[in-house]
Amino acid sequence: MTVHKGRGFACINYPIGMNLGGDPSQALVHSTPDGKFMVSLSAIDLGQGMKSVTRQIAAETLGVPVADVYVDTADSDTGPHDMGSFASRGTHRVGNAVIRAAAEARAAMMEAAAEELEVNPADLDTDGEGNIHVKGAPGRSITVADTAIAAQFKQGKTLSGRGIFLIPTSEVDADTGEMTPVSCFAHAAVVVDLEVDDETGEVTVSEVNSAYEVGRALNPKMVEQQLIGGAWMGISHALYETTEPYYPNRSHGPQDYNTYLMPGPGDVVPHHIAVLERPAEDAPFGGKGPGEMCANPLLPAVANAIYNAVGVRCDTLPITPEKVLRGIQANGGAQPREMF
Amino acid sequence: MVKTPIRFTLNGSETALFVDGGANLLDTLRRGVGDLSPKYGCGQGTCGTCTVLIDGEPHLSCLTLAETAEGRSIETTNGLANGAELHPLQKAFMENFGAQCGYCTPGMLMAAKALLSKNPNPSREEIVEAISGNICRCTGYEPIIDAIMIAAGQLRGRVA
Repeated sequence: MTVHKGRGFACINYPIGMNLGGDPSQALVHSTPDGKFMVSLSAIDLGQGMKSVTRQIAAETLGVPVADVYVDTADSDTGPHDMGSFASRGTHRVGNAVIRAAAEARAAMMEAAAEELEVNPADLDTDGEGNIHVKGAPGRSITVADTAIAAQFKQGKTLSGRGIFLIPTSEVDADTGEMTPVSCFAHAAVVVDLEVDDETGEVTVSEVNSAYEVGRALNPKMVEQQLIGGAWMGISHALYETTEPYYPNRSHGPQDYNTYLMPGPGDVVPHHIAVLERPAEDAPFGGKGPGEMCANPLLPAVANAIYNAVGVRCDTLPITPEKVLRGIQANGGAQPREMF
Repeated sequence: MVKTPIRFTLNGSETALFVDGGANLLDTLRRGVGDLSPKYGCGQGTCGTCTVLIDGEPHLSCLTLAETAEGRSIETTNGLANGAELHPLQKAFMENFGAQCGYCTPGMLMAAKALLSKNPNPSREEIVEAISGNICRCTGYEPIIDAIMIAAGQLRGRVA
C-alpha cells in the first residue's frame, strides 16, 4: 500500500445572475412612524446573509444607522416580485434594487425634513446617526424620527421608495453571433492538496488554498463564512455525495443519512482564503457576492489533484474509492503525473 | 390509544403530561409541551439536530421513547439563556458565525453543552468527537468548532 500525494488547481469565471437580460428584483422601502425603515423583499435569506447585506445597503443609501433598518423577506404573495435567491444573484440584483428604493425614500425624507426646517432639500445632508442637518450648519437639524413623525402626522406624506433592477436584453450580433450573456463576473482560483491510498482508493483532502475576487466584500465575515462552508460543499460533491451512484441505473441509491455520505466535523482541513476586492461598476457598492462560486472550483481542483497523485482521470462525480481503484487497475498501477 | 402520564423536569420546570404509547420525546417536547427548540431533521437518529440533554447526557430525542423521560431532567436550547442574557455558547456561535441557516444549531449547542459540563478544557479533537453525530450543511464545521473553543474559555474564566 502506498499513499500518493497530489495537488490540483482550478480557476473559475463565474457569472452573477441569469444570462441574456431580464432577471428582475424589486424592493420597497418605507419608514415607520418613529423613523425606522422597513425594506420589503421577496428574495429570501437561506443563511447566506441576504438580510444583513441588504440592511447594510439600505442604511448606507438612506444615510441612517444600520440599527434603524429592518429587512422583511415576507413571501412572494405579499412582497414585491423577485426572481429568487439563486444563481449567485442576491447581492448584485437585490442590492441594486434596494439602492434604488432607498434612494427614492431618502429623497422623500429630505423633502419632508426641508419642509420642517424651511430650507431647500438640496442643502440638507444626513450624518448617518439619525439626524438631518443643513450642510455647513450642523446646528440646524432635525432627527429622522421627528421627520417621519412630521411627514406622517402633519404633512400627510409617506417616506417611501420603490426600486427595481433589470438587466438590459443582450441582442445577438447578426454577423458574428456575439453577445454579452452576463454583465458581471466573479473570479476564483483554488489549490487542493490531498492524498490517495492506492490500495483502498480512498481520497483524503489535506489542505485548501483559495483566492476569490468578489467585488467589494460588503460584509467580510459573511463572505468568509460562505467561502469556507461552500468549499466543503464542493469537496463533498467531488468525493461523497450522490443520489444515483450508478446513474442512469437507480440501484444502490442512498435512502437516508446512513447511506448518503457527507463530510463530518472530523473531515475539516485548513482552508486559507485570500479575498481580492475589485469593486464592480454595476454592483451595489461594488459587491458581487460569492454565491455558488464557493463550491464550484473545488470539484475540478479535486479531480486534478487525484490525477496528479495517481494518474487516474475521473470524469464523473463523485470520485468514489471504487472509481479510483478501477482507474488505477486500468492503468496497471498508480502513475503519478506532473501537473506543474 | 392508552395514554401514559409522565413527569419530568424541563429546563428546571416541573412538567407533566399524557403521552401516547410509543410517542417519542421529540414529538412530546414539540407538540405536547410546545418547546420548539429541538428540531426534527431526519427522524431516524442520523442528523443530530433533535439532540437534548437527559440528566446531562446528550440524547437523540427522535429515537427516545417519551416514557423513558419519567423522573428525568431534560434540557433543551430554550433553557440555555438566562432571561435576556444568552449562554456563552450562544454568544460564541453568534459572534463567530457558527450558524448560517441555523437548523443544526440547537443540536450543536446541546452536544457542546454536554461536552463542556464534563470537560471544561477540551481539545479541538475532543470537540470534533462531541459533535460528530451532528450534521451541518452550511458552515464547514470550522466556525462551530472555533465557537465552542471560545465559549469553553469564557466559561472557565467565569468559574475562576
